[in-house]
Amino acid sequence: MSMLRIFDVAGSAVSAQSQRLNVVASNLANVDTVATPDGTPYKARQVVFQTLMLGAQQATAGVQVSAITESSEPGRRVRDPAHPNADAEGYVTYSNVSAVDEMVNMMSASRSYQNNIEVMNTARSLLLKTLQIGQG
Amino acid sequence: MQRMINRLTASLDFHTQALQLRADRQRVIASNIANADTPGYQARDFDFAAALRQATGVNSGNLGGSSGGRSGGMASNLGADIAANVMGRGLGGSSNAAVHLQYARPSQTSADSNTVDMDRERASFVDNSVNYEATLRFLNGSVRTMLDAMKSPNQG
Repeated sequence: MSMLRIFDVAGSAVSAQSQRLNVVASNLANVDTVATPDGTPYKARQVVFQTLMLGAQQATAGVQVSAITESSEPGRRVRDPAHPNADAEGYVTYSNVSAVDEMVNMMSASRSYQNNIEVMNTARSLLLKTLQIGQG
Repeated sequence: MQRMINRLTASLDFHTQALQLRADRQRVIASNIANADTPGYQARDFDFAAALRQATGVNSGNLGGSSGGRSGGMASNLGADIAANVMGRGLGGSSNAAVHLQYARPSQTSADSNTVDMDRERASFVDNSVNYEATLRFLNGSVRTMLDAMKSPNQG
């Protein structure tokens, strides 16, 4: 029943995509986080996907999140001397999250998630039909 | 007796092989879809007709209709090139023949060198599921015909 492996493959992809969505959610939540004068601001995070070979069979390739990297871009600086977290020159450093990038990333993740769910549904219905060979 | 059973199941064998290959292809395509966002992943697929011909030993001429045309050598006629290829062993595990997996040629290049074309994969996936189901029906038909033949006339 080689079709049963499809659930492992699509399942790993769904879990990787949901992890990506989680990261996007935390980036978006921190889009306006400011750095304290001495601390560092929130850095946008990004998941790194990697192919995960399932079992000895070639081409049964799942996905896993191999790492979560932090963006090294400088944070957004806004001049606001009245802000409690402003530095000596009167600038406030916000996180380096780009809301537009994150929205695009979110849409891509949700599309991929849907695709994989559909793959699982199709595999499920085919397997159920296979189980009914010779009946009624 | 053994020979007679073989005759009875010969018609099933062809479709069984086809079904097995359809399931393998479904899995390969599912892997491509799963890895749509993985950097550096190369999409894979295989030529179904060639794989079926190789698995059943039937020539392309009578691939479509026949069940009786199986000429014996299942995995024996594996070419050396295929054996030496990436695969090594049977793709399906249970299937006798090794499937010759190929890499897809990308229609558009991407910065992360991923070659999965989602539109093509979706189309192949649907096409393959419909074909899987068709094969399943053929198989079901043969099984049912055989069961009907086994029934006694007064059994309804």
